[in-house]
Amino acid sequence: MRFFGIDCEFARLDAPLPIFRARVDAVQWQDLARSVVEIHGQLVSLWGADHRAAGGGFEVSAAYRCADGLLWAYLALDTVQPRYPDIAHLFPAANRMQRAARDLVGFVADGSGDDRPWLRHDAWPEDYFPLRNENTGQERFDPAAADYAFVRVEGDGVHEIPVGPVHAGIIEPGHFRFSVVGEKVLRLEQRLGYKHKGIERRFVGMTVDEGARLAGRVSGDSTVAYAWAYAMAVESLSAAQVPERACWLRALLLERERIANHLGDLGALGNDAAFGMALAQFSRLREDWLRVNAKCFGHRLLMDQIRPGGVVSDPPRDARQMLREQTAVMISAVSELQSIFDEHAGLQDRLVTTGRITPDLARKLGLTGLAARASGGVADLRADFGWAPYGHIRFKPCSQQNGDVAARVNIRFAELFESLRLSDALLDELPHGPIHAPTVAPANTKGAGWVEGWRGEVLVALETDAVGAISRCHCHDPSWQNWPVLEHAVIGNIVADFPLINKSFNLSYAGQDL
Amino acid sequence: MWQVLKRIARTGIVTEPKPQPALEWRTDAQQIHAEILAILGRALAIREVDAGSCNGCELEINALNNPYYNIEGLGIKFVASPRHADMLLVTGPVSRHMEIALRRTYDATPAPKLVVAVGDCGCTGGIFGESYASCGRVSNVIPVDVAVPGCPPPPIDILRGILAAVCTSHPDDISADAESN
Repeated sequence: MRFFGIDCEFARLDAPLPIFRARVDAVQWQDLARSVVEIHGQLVSLWGADHRAAGGGFEVSAAYRCADGLLWAYLALDTVQPRYPDIAHLFPAANRMQRAARDLVGFVADGSGDDRPWLRHDAWPEDYFPLRNENTGQERFDPAAADYAFVRVEGDGVHEIPVGPVHAGIIEPGHFRFSVVGEKVLRLEQRLGYKHKGIERRFVGMTVDEGARLAGRVSGDSTVAYAWAYAMAVESLSAAQVPERACWLRALLLERERIANHLGDLGALGNDAAFGMALAQFSRLREDWLRVNAKCFGHRLLMDQIRPGGVVSDPPRDARQMLREQTAVMISAVSELQSIFDEHAGLQDRLVTTGRITPDLARKLGLTGLAARASGGVADLRADFGWAPYGHIRFKPCSQQNGDVAARVNIRFAELFESLRLSDALLDELPHGPIHAPTVAPANTKGAGWVEGWRGEVLVALETDAVGAISRCHCHDPSWQNWPVLEHAVIGNIVADFPLINKSFNLSYAGQDL
Repeated sequence: MWQVLKRIARTGIVTEPKPQPALEWRTDAQQIHAEILAILGRALAIREVDAGSCNGCELEINALNNPYYNIEGLGIKFVASPRHADMLLVTGPVSRHMEIALRRTYDATPAPKLVVAVGDCGCTGGIFGESYASCGRVSNVIPVDVAVPGCPPPPIDILRGILAAVCTSHPDDISADAESN
């Protein structure tokens, strides 16, 4: 299949969503990026791989979302001087991904104006690339700490507030550099990568079954989304047929994960606006929800429930009744809390117009997932490419226009109700049959999985080596796209509103640091 | 306002009884003595440090603040600075990029201090292990008093680990603790 009149043949992967893959040359690499911009498509991910051990060379990949599905283009690079044309001038989100590709595999984006490291701080030297074949990932270094060049804001009365990496709450580590005048934020610059623990290197050499456990731990709050995307990637390269019942159970798990996260976020958002009652109520509901997860699926956060070929276990006999009763209780409790939120003038005063991202800015910066749907976006893989079972259960995507914290609160309420409805629908129509089909990963093949997690789209690109073990597994979190947009959302707001704005995006540090 | 009060009244008090301390999770490096614990009394200030987790442990530590576990009702609270803390609750594996930050946090915590490592990764390095980017378990970087296993450990286990660190090892004290509930 061809796209945008570019002279290269895309082959469709054997995945339930439309994913196409093609080899491009340097000119086509740029043409494709420009064409995607023209049709208002988005960059999903960019990453590098070293195939020299298998007789290949260096390859940089970019994956774009367009109306037809996911386009995965790969470009072969010189093995002595691996360079490829920059795409960050077309897709701002590419900046950090290109810098990460340089840190991990040593590929340089030609024409990029930013050559600062991103994932590499001072744990390994500039000329060491953990994902290159000659390195094992077990090397140890102790290089001297280097300064990081934050952009300085100058002017009368401007001062900096550095925050982190260790934050004041029970949250993940990262560094925020605020430039402020009085209370007002002029600029925020993030520095992430503190949690980088070498996940992509860890995957290398694992069997595809072992990899599932690791994929489920890229970002703990999205363990179901990652496990599903990973399983889909394995199934796409082995052309496995997943039993219907397993697909339905996977969707039930994914929606339960979404509900648990939305419940937690709504409580935390109320609390960050000094409405403690919201935290008490929503954290109680979340705990109820997680306890039923443990009873029905054996794990509070639903880790390790999805595996390549299907799911691990069928919920016990009395689970259906328990799950239904809980949905009913939850709908009534959340409705009541929503009306309390809506009618609380003091709370709304903190939420409305705070941390606003206009629909236009959201499109330009490539905002994705839940946050994009709060800024006028409608993209949702569950609706756009309705893979099983979403194509069968009449999923209705939600959208809000205002793009402020209030909109991100409201989209969570809307998605909560839709996911609660979906959970019931999935239980109603749960097909009978097996929950797992054996999968065997063939040697030297490539696959991909793409799933709409609660935060946004999770992508897993998987490649096997000569014995069918993992040679490269790239995991992409939607936080890559949304972190830079948060820098824009706080401009002009007061410092004291940052926790509220940050929480309204609730991005993953672990998922982007890898 | 009426709706808020009605909701609070209808919810009632859902707090559950305090669990038993899990003394079996204490490490040999237990550095604190009964006398010091007597000084700490029953109030405990905890600084949580995520040194590289997948964030699963953080979700379960946050849950300790929900009304079921009501950790503040036990006199235990999470504080914003290590300088206010008696205990560090650390999740891992410790990434190499967090190694210095963790050491500095430890140094900034006034002695006597306790460290509880939370989760399989904090206890052993877990699935991430040691590598160019990971120091592995928490005790590879700072001394650890109690290590709570689990992936992630449920909130009740994290609470049992915290209590194990502050409870004197006399069986009499533990039963006295239980009776006072």
